[in-house]
This record gives sequence, C-alpha cells and structure tokens, in this order.
Amino acid sequence: MAIPREELLKRFAGGQRAALSKIITLVENHATSFPDVLDELYPRTGKAYRIGVTGPPGAGKSTLVSSLVQTIRTKEKTVGVIAVDPSSPFTGGALLGDRIRMQDIGTDPGVFVRSMATRGSLGGLAEAAGDVADVMDAFGKDVVITETVGVGQCELDIAEACYTTVVVIVPESGDAVQAMKAGLMEIADILVINKSDREGAEQIARQTRAMFELRDERNGWDPPVILTVAFKGDGIPELYEHIEKHRQFLAESGLLERHRQSNVEATIKAIVEGDLHSKTWNEATLGRLESLVGDVMVGKVTPRQASGVILKMIEGRQEGG
Amino acid sequence: MERKIRVLVAKPGLDGHDRGAKVVASALRDAGMEVVYTGLHQTPEMIVEAAIQEDVDVVGLSILSGAHMVLFPKIMKLLKEQGAGDKLVVGGGIIPEDDIQELNKAGVTKVFTPGTTTTEIVEYIKTEMASRA
Repeated sequence: MAIPREELLKRFAGGQRAALSKIITLVENHATSFPDVLDELYPRTGKAYRIGVTGPPGAGKSTLVSSLVQTIRTKEKTVGVIAVDPSSPFTGGALLGDRIRMQDIGTDPGVFVRSMATRGSLGGLAEAAGDVADVMDAFGKDVVITETVGVGQCELDIAEACYTTVVVIVPESGDAVQAMKAGLMEIADILVINKSDREGAEQIARQTRAMFELRDERNGWDPPVILTVAFKGDGIPELYEHIEKHRQFLAESGLLERHRQSNVEATIKAIVEGDLHSKTWNEATLGRLESLVGDVMVGKVTPRQASGVILKMIEGRQEGG
Repeated sequence: MERKIRVLVAKPGLDGHDRGAKVVASALRDAGMEVVYTGLHQTPEMIVEAAIQEDVDVVGLSILSGAHMVLFPKIMKLLKEQGAGDKLVVGGGIIPEDDIQELNKAGVTKVFTPGTTTTEIVEYIKTEMASRA
C-alpha cells in the first residue's frame, strides 16, 4: 500500500505524523525514491537544534532522554528523538528497547520517537542517522535528540555530528583513568553522571572535573559535569540549562556555523564515498577479484599489487566514460 | 538494500507476565527482524502511537490478563482511525478458541496460543510479509 510520493510529501508538509514516519522509512531503507525526497526536504532543514546523547550500555541514556524531553516540552518546544541500537552482526536482527524507558513521552503529540538499528552499515550509519535527523528537522521539530551507545567509532561520529554532545556515565563506570581511556570523554560538551544517588558519584564527578581541567580548553568551552538521577528527574533542568548555555556559546563564538559547515562537508564526503563504494564492485571487478585471490594464494602477486589491478580497472572505467 | 521486517512487540493491559513477549521478541530478532519492544502495561493509545512512529510492518500483542476482547478490538479501531490499518496484527496468550474467531473477524489475523513454537511465529510473519511485498 505505497502512497504516491507527491501525496506523501503533501501529508508531510501538512504535519501528518504517519507521513513523517513513512519518509523516515524510505530514507532508512535507501529506497529508490530516497535521494530526491531528501533533496526536496533539505531547504526546510537547519532550524532544529541537535543534541547527541551517548554513553556505555546501562548508563540510563533512554531514561535521561525521556526526562530531558519532558523538560524541553515545558518550554513549548517540539522534539524528535532518534534512538539507535545495535543490529546483530550475525543475523541482522535487532532488539530496539529504548521505548521501554520512554513511556512518559510516548503519546505526547509534540514528541516523535523513532528507534533505529545500526544495520552494520559500513560507516553509513552516521549518514543515515543524519538523514533521519534532517527529516525530523524539516518536519518542524525544534529539537532533535539522537541517542547512541557510546561504543565504536560510528556511534561516536553520530554523537559528534550533533551540536551539543552529552556523554552519560554512571558511578560504576570506573575511575577517571578508565574514563580517559575511552574516546568517549573527548567528545563530551557536557558530562552527566547519572544514577548519582549511588555510591561513588561525588568521587567520579571530582575526578572527571579534574580531568577536564587538565585538558586543553576546547575552543573556550569548559565541559560541565552534572549529577543526575534521571528516573526521578533530578538534575535534568540543570542539564537543560547547560545545553542552552552551550548553544549560546556556540552561536556567539561562531562555532555553530563552523559545526554546520563541517557537517555539510562530512555529508558530501559520505555520499561520494558511499556511491563510489557501490560503484566499485560490479560483475567485472568481482570476477577479477576472484582470480586475483587465487593469484595471491599461489604467491604470484601480493594483495597490494592485486588491489592495484582493480583500481586500474575502475580508473579505466571512469576515463572511458 | 534488503527491506527489514519491523515488528512492534507490546503488552497491552495490566498483567505482568512478559516472559512470553520477551521470548518472542528475541526469536524474531534472531530471525533477522528489527523488533521494537515497548514492555509492560501499554494502553491501546501508546501501542498505536508507537506502531505509527516506528512504521512497523507487524504489531504483535501479548496478553494473559483475559482482557483481550476489550483491548485487541480497541487497538484495531485506533489503528484504522490513524490510517495504519494496513499493518499485520497478531496476538498471543491464553485466549479461548471462540474468542480467536471473533478477534480474527476484528482484524487480528492470527492468534498464537500456548504450545506454539517460535519457529511457527517466525514462519507465519515471514510468509505473510512475503505475500504482501
């Protein structure tokens, strides 16, 4: 029961949530009509403020997002939430459970929550999540929050593509050295110690604050460390205040513009690379690959020499038009 | 790109028995589907809103409280009202045979009762989805 493209876009413009949902699906599935749908919506993007929330599994990110959304809603702003969970690399399936912690915002008409599986795409996830954020932005959401598990480069890329990146850890996340090790800390604009009613919260807060002091100031922004108990809502208004402060800081320092610029650059690059990737492997190159694997196995050529052969094939194809 | 089957697994009503729903959710994931699991105590409104926002192909409802004759038809009605009547809706739980026929008429295409294997559920959804594609 596919709705014609024009009709779908009309409904989208009319603010129909079901149309928003269908367009997200198109974008997520890289459906054949997806590039021009995105092109059509692109001029309407750029208004939503983008917040990334990331952290280790079990840190309470979904609960925190739910609580944060409720605070944002008291400011009369509409919110889109993208909750990213991993796909199984073995079956391709995924269990998307973030909504369990978002019951309080589930039926608020000013909130739209979409769960997204990582689908193990080759770095394409950041692009796909960015596209979905664009769609929510074009729909008119004032704020778009993207939640990812802070493991793996991809997830970090997504969080970093947002204007304000909130990193959530818990008192059990270990000592400060442990926290420094993870690349996670470097991307934090705001650090949240959630479940701070547990033992060790003050201690890890102190340690991370000291750690941030040691670090070079990131373009003049000193990341605050905030203690929260997300399920009770403790510390959430304070978190929102700091997000606002960071937004102001970015706007006044011109960094927001620079951030947008680098996002545009990353997007163009990702599209080019994605297209190149899909153009690289066709029947001819795959056939050649197979014979080259044989050649390498018997010691005729090295893997590097073999790749040279394939690269030449591709270059030849491009010159040949 | 391969089209993923997206399924919402939800527990409407007040019973707290979510073992079955979790087993089914895991089985569907292992069969390569993307399963949005919303957990316990869902109102029909919450379920329908989640189904729309997540644009799922299938809605799986698990209920053991006995309230299925009230809750399932209400969910079907809301889905239709919201323009999401095209979704495959299946149910599971302790549901008597007479009720199943009524539910089938209301649009719950299939009701799985105790003893059903997870393979049967997976196969049913895959076959239905293939025939709709």
